[in-house]
Amino acid sequence: MKLLLSIALTLLRAKLRQSIVAAVGVMFSITMFVTLLGFMNGLNDLLDGLILNRTPHVRLYNELQASPTQPIAYAYRMQPTTSGVDTHHFVRSVKPKDELPRLRNANAIMDALSRDPRVLAVSPRLVAQVFFNVGTVDLNGQVSGVDVMQEIRYYKFADYLVQGDPHDLATGNNTVVLGKGLADMMEAGIGEVVQVTTATGERTMLRVVGIFQSGIADVDKVQCFANIKTVQKLLSRPGSYYTDINVKLHDLLQAPAMAKEFSVRFGVDAVDIQTANAQFETGSSVRNIISYAVGIVLLIVAGFGIYNILNMMIYEKLDAIAILKATGFSGSDVRRIFLLLSMVIGLLGGVSGLLGGFALQNVIDIIPFNTSALPTIKTYPIDYDPKYYIIAVTFALLTTWIAGWFPARKASEVDPVEIIRGK
Amino acid sequence: MSDQRTIGTRGGSSSVGPQTSAGVLKEDPSQTSAGSLKEDPAASPSRNILEVRGVSKSFHDPVTIPVLKEVSLDVKRGEFVSITGKSGCGKSTLLYILSTMDTDYEGAVAIDGEPTRGLSGERLARIRNEKIGFVFQFHYLLTEFSVIKNVMLPGLKLGKYSAQEVEHRAMERLRELGMHDQALKKANQLSGGQKQRVAIARALINDPLIIMGDEPTGNLDSHNSAIVFDMFKKIASEHEQSLLVVTHDNDFAARTDRIIEMDDGKVMT
Repeated sequence: MKLLLSIALTLLRAKLRQSIVAAVGVMFSITMFVTLLGFMNGLNDLLDGLILNRTPHVRLYNELQASPTQPIAYAYRMQPTTSGVDTHHFVRSVKPKDELPRLRNANAIMDALSRDPRVLAVSPRLVAQVFFNVGTVDLNGQVSGVDVMQEIRYYKFADYLVQGDPHDLATGNNTVVLGKGLADMMEAGIGEVVQVTTATGERTMLRVVGIFQSGIADVDKVQCFANIKTVQKLLSRPGSYYTDINVKLHDLLQAPAMAKEFSVRFGVDAVDIQTANAQFETGSSVRNIISYAVGIVLLIVAGFGIYNILNMMIYEKLDAIAILKATGFSGSDVRRIFLLLSMVIGLLGGVSGLLGGFALQNVIDIIPFNTSALPTIKTYPIDYDPKYYIIAVTFALLTTWIAGWFPARKASEVDPVEIIRGK
Repeated sequence: MSDQRTIGTRGGSSSVGPQTSAGVLKEDPSQTSAGSLKEDPAASPSRNILEVRGVSKSFHDPVTIPVLKEVSLDVKRGEFVSITGKSGCGKSTLLYILSTMDTDYEGAVAIDGEPTRGLSGERLARIRNEKIGFVFQFHYLLTEFSVIKNVMLPGLKLGKYSAQEVEHRAMERLRELGMHDQALKKANQLSGGQKQRVAIARALINDPLIIMGDEPTGNLDSHNSAIVFDMFKKIASEHEQSLLVVTHDNDFAARTDRIIEMDDGKVMT
């Protein structure tokens, strides 16, 4: 094999210019493949992150619902119908109960969840509808009481703060982080105090410690965050009063099944991230398919280049092939020589393509990219996942192997007698 | 050498083998050679390196034309044989059948007692590598490689010696042929006569049992022709290697041990 490789390399060196052209073809396509996938996936992650970072994998809550069983049903269940015909009730007298949107026994549920090995993090929330009083105008708002440290750790809360320090929210009492749109409307900056009225009419003063921007304008116009204790106090509720429990899982894909399980187990409503945000998966996979398709097309084009150059080389080297065969190299030796030749081109092109791709990714990574929707993003996003490099080099070798195989087989079938006698 | 005996015995005893090869070996007129194989092949100078029995070949394009008709011949160890004849008489065709490169024929060929019919391409390549050396009319060196590498390649392929040893042996062969000072040149920087000498060195690298030449002097002037002939002569006597040379150069042929004259696909003498 070493001998065959040295023969292949010598042949390659003799046709250095053509070999370099072939290798550059591979290099170019691998560069584009890696860059394209890195860029596409960087964008995918960014766009998905807009929602996914901030969304729990499973959300447990209590929804206001009509009573599923009306009293009249109980009456009929007692008396089996003699005719065997099912009955239908038109009397629906019981209206939804005037019930607090709280989760019953929330502390016990949280306890059980945090012991579940599939669960990464459990954080409670308390959502309150409020009005912000600005002069004579009341602005609609929604204050989410959160466990600030959990939010920072698992939901990248700090990434979305354009001003202020999230830790002030954790430590301070009666503090609030306003959405950017809301803060602009109230012309409220850090350190200022805003007045809040709850749905039940109670008024509280809250100090602004940060400005928050999610990238979704409608959300930023109403969404505010506060310490969960602050919101409990705002609503005059006890310390175990939560409206939501957000669960982050180790494996995102288990979310739908686990949402169902939690719903049954704890007797609450549960929604999973896939159901809540189905469109993101679709967008990502379509973008992925496009970038793979473009990359593979580029590689196929490079493969044709290698095929052509090897074919030409074989026609020029018929004498050499004949003499190798006459002096004891078998057909499969000859085939291996040309396959090795092709693979060397593929490997050189592939590896330099990876370096080129990495360089190009770095260039894209420093191009400024400013958008008001994404406060923390300053340059174009790139995903440097080594997975794409491995896929690229695998494809490069596969393409060159296939492109080399046909000419190599032709070379192995050269009849030396015909060549030697033909002179 | 002991390995040659086993091959020889196998060849001789395969009387139930396919085609006519077994029959050939039976009707071999020199039964003594078969007998001597069993005793000690190396000791017997009259042992046949090459046995050819009833080889026929036709070209079928576009009409069937027979080129070889029932050719039978033997080449003994250390014998210098030339094949002559008019062009088109089939002498080159015969040589390529004997060289194992052409497998499309009828009849039987045994090299060193081993019938070559039905062997795999791999095995035939091995036989060519190990037992046959080639010298062609048009030198056929690999122009991408240096002179020494050209000589070394069949030796490296054989893998019997380490790369250093092969290089040393190649250098020796080149020295014998007066080409050692050109060893590092590229093959295409040499003159015709020099190239042919390198080709002979290459043919010798694996100590083959037989060296086959297809018009090895056909492309050379009389001076270089004489050099090449002398080298062949020396090889045959010194290393006890057989030589089978196709030529239309009657002077060349006249100086060999035996002339096989061919006409119209048949052996005349």
